[in-house]
Amino acid sequence: MSDFETVASSENQAARRGVSGEPGTPGRVGQPGRPRSLAGDAWRDLRRKPIFWISLALVLLVTAMAVAPGLFTRNDPTDCILSRQHAAPSGGAIFGYDFQGCDTYARAVYGARASLLVGALSALLTGIIALVVGMLAGYFGGWVDAVLSRIVDIVLGIPLLLAAIVLLKRVASDSATVRLGSVIFVLAVLGWTTAARVVRSSVITARQQDYVAAARMLGAGNGRIMWRHILPNALAPAIVVLTIALGSFIAAEATLSFLGIGLKEPTISWGIDINNGRVHMRESATPLLVPSTFLALTVLAFIMLGDAIRDAFDPKLR
Amino acid sequence: MPTPTSPPTPASPTPPGEHLLEVRDLHIEFRTGEGVAKVINGVSYHLDPGETLAVLGESGSGKSVTAQAIMGILDTPPAHIRSGQICYQGRDLLELPEEQRRQVRGKEIAMIFQDALSALNPVFPVGWQIGETLRQRLGMSRADARRRAVQLMELVQIPGAASRLDDYPHQFSGGMRQRVMIAMALAMEPKVLIADEPTTALDVTVQAQIMDLLADLRRDLNMALILITHDLGVVADVADRIAVMYAGRIVEHADVRSLYRAPAHPYTKGLLESIPRLDQRGGKLSTIRGLPPNLMRIPSGCPFHPRCPYVQQVCVDVVPHDLVLGDGRTSACHFAQEVHDDRAG
Amino acid sequence: MTAPADPTKIRGETILDVDNVVKHFPITQGVLFKRKIGAVKAVDGVSFDLRRGETLGIVGESGCGKSTLARLLMRLERPTAGRATLAGRDLFAASGGELRRIRRNMQMVMQDPYTSLNPRMTVGDIIGEPFEIHPEAAPKGSRQQRVQELLDVVGLNPEHINRYPHQFSGGQRQRIGIARALALRPEVIVCDEPVSALDVSIQAQVINLLEELQDEFGLSYIFIAHDLSVVRHISDRIAVMYLGRIVEIGTEEQIYERATHPYTQALLSAAPLPDPEARDRRDIIRLTGDVPSPADPPSGCHFRTRCWKAQEICALEDPRAVPRAADPHPSACHFAALRE
Repeated sequence: MSDFETVASSENQAARRGVSGEPGTPGRVGQPGRPRSLAGDAWRDLRRKPIFWISLALVLLVTAMAVAPGLFTRNDPTDCILSRQHAAPSGGAIFGYDFQGCDTYARAVYGARASLLVGALSALLTGIIALVVGMLAGYFGGWVDAVLSRIVDIVLGIPLLLAAIVLLKRVASDSATVRLGSVIFVLAVLGWTTAARVVRSSVITARQQDYVAAARMLGAGNGRIMWRHILPNALAPAIVVLTIALGSFIAAEATLSFLGIGLKEPTISWGIDINNGRVHMRESATPLLVPSTFLALTVLAFIMLGDAIRDAFDPKLR
Repeated sequence: MPTPTSPPTPASPTPPGEHLLEVRDLHIEFRTGEGVAKVINGVSYHLDPGETLAVLGESGSGKSVTAQAIMGILDTPPAHIRSGQICYQGRDLLELPEEQRRQVRGKEIAMIFQDALSALNPVFPVGWQIGETLRQRLGMSRADARRRAVQLMELVQIPGAASRLDDYPHQFSGGMRQRVMIAMALAMEPKVLIADEPTTALDVTVQAQIMDLLADLRRDLNMALILITHDLGVVADVADRIAVMYAGRIVEHADVRSLYRAPAHPYTKGLLESIPRLDQRGGKLSTIRGLPPNLMRIPSGCPFHPRCPYVQQVCVDVVPHDLVLGDGRTSACHFAQEVHDDRAG
Repeated sequence: MTAPADPTKIRGETILDVDNVVKHFPITQGVLFKRKIGAVKAVDGVSFDLRRGETLGIVGESGCGKSTLARLLMRLERPTAGRATLAGRDLFAASGGELRRIRRNMQMVMQDPYTSLNPRMTVGDIIGEPFEIHPEAAPKGSRQQRVQELLDVVGLNPEHINRYPHQFSGGQRQRIGIARALALRPEVIVCDEPVSALDVSIQAQVINLLEELQDEFGLSYIFIAHDLSVVRHISDRIAVMYLGRIVEIGTEEQIYERATHPYTQALLSAAPLPDPEARDRRDIIRLTGDVPSPADPPSGCHFRTRCWKAQEICALEDPRAVPRAADPHPSACHFAALRE
């Protein structure tokens, strides 16, 4: 048997074998031109959508608020003086003051951090659970899939808010970190199911591809196949679902805080402020409207962004 | 001596307007986000009653797009018919309003596809689907449509037709589904049947059955048949005439026997020489070098010149017209006569 | 390059020995507690051997089990029964390190050049993956060079190592698949319909490449295809499969010139010939009906329901693939005879 080293080094090898043309020449009917990638198509599609740009801008704005609230207001949201109760706008307080005499706008800006933290960390945790469960169920199939899919069904059947109320009622601590952690944990534990289903189905699709069989024939183990061949193909749809979930987690956090079982003061949260504003709505509506608007726009922005990306990636909608 | 003629002139001496179906100098582009692909670049062919024309080409040659244009089922956009005529019984179909076009589609010209499974609706029984056209277009009663559906299924030789009327498409095998689709296409008794790769998805033994069926139907119903395929073997078995397409042009057009005996275009010649033969065990296969062109950047002059063993400077500079080689044969090659004689001699 | 196929290599030593391999896929009912209600007999007792340097063609129509057979040999499926040895190693019993050694020695080229390459990996990563899985096959520093050599060997530009599969045409992608299969220098390559997804003018290029590589590296091929002409061109011996069984096996000449099994004869007669002159002379055996379901194959001879020679014995007794009087090569027909 001849050696590759000796045989392949002959320089005119390619010429002898008839190197065929330039890469990128097409062959298929109906799609003239260069073969295109799904991501490239999706990006071309997204670029032309105003919804995508608007929601992306909103998401970036809220993220900036969460990271550096000082850029948006010079006032301290905890600097509350009762004598300013429901005072009209003045100085940096463009929306005036609330019942406690705190700057309504500053509180809304500073509230972004807790909301986004809960949203992002819940989504991250959700993503990890969903990827693990979806990957195992989709890749191994059989009884592993049967058991995991039933668990998904059961968790999906639990009403999120009701279960969150029951679970969070048991958290006695008033420490801000503990409460934040509990809310994130509870939301993730109850909210991973949709993403897990999405991951499972894309894993099943990827697992049946010929290139996975090719890797297996080369002797690749399960870990390598999952990591190199299946995960990259399952990740994109998961990220889309998680973006949408992030929006709903933020809404859920606000609801729980509103009900007094989520975050508690002194943590600044839109939910807490909405609850406080509601109590004194008759005296002044602004302290209710401002955090509500911030919350609504943020949730909407994440959901729209996720939707836009999903539509762009879904060939069926083309 | 070959005499140059202008491209729109059909290969046969019959004057325009006297053929059953005639495509004249058709140009079609696909406009996509990345540019304009010239998919059909001056295709002309014609069809007479009762004859079988094979349109042979590889993927991207434009063989199916031409047929879709005849049927009026091209997606526009992205497709755009730049110029040309498609005359059926003397009327230009491209000029007709959609309402009248629909009258022609199915009733005069019908089409069958490669993939019968996706062409049939999975949630309706096949008898109902065959009868649907009859009820809608001819206003037949349910009972009459059912009776006619059985006749059509018998016509395409589906065993036990009456008992299979209420079966669903998935209950049929690949070959039987293809027969159901042919029965549907025949419901309105069209004068032209276009078959787009009708046997490509089928096994060899079933393929032979379907080709036989099509040949029988064509003879019994005096239909004209356009057979679109990439398979040189299938063509040789059933076609009368053959049009070879490359990069959206017809590069050679001839009666099937003389074309196989002595191809007059280097592409046809290359194709014939590159296929392994069932009846002999050859040595090394001769190949056509390179790849089919990118339709957004079709080479200058003759589009085949980068792959052609006969290439000269004139091929790079000048687009070859159809050269008439006698017997109504044409070849779009500057050296058609030499290529032709090469094989014969 | 060595001279064209030497006829004596047919008598070379056996490298792959397949003995009575069976694969039944269970048909089950129920979701959580599955109940077996039947079996699809995809491969139903197949035996053959492959010799060093030879090409064994396997032909048959869809559903005959030829692709399942390939997946069994590549250990993508577990056989229900049977034995196979590759260069003396038990193929089906191997696991762990032994299985890895076997995999190094036998690779596959797949049918669809569009799904067999991971779209998110570069050509370099795809062809280099065998070396990552088998680090002992090439020291780390030399891998890029090896990948480029492989690209050169299959007739691609070695500088295209960082391109993605979608930047190549179907024929070029098939060459990438071939390079990946060659990387570990296997002795046996299973080609599962390697050219049927390609355009006619590209098929010949890939067939020639496979033949050249065989001569250069002394490869043995199992060449699975439904196209009888391609199989004849490339194969030294041919096995014809029908409903999970080999009905006839012999040299290229025995099968194509002196077939004795009615199914082989029908298959050959129905194949379209690119020769219009032969149209009227041809005597096509028209089989009626379709291939029966492999979940419920006919008793006795599987082909008897479509066979014009069928008699009572065909339903009762399963004909074995043994050399028959009509021509001395194995044919699984009670009434094996040359075609008049």
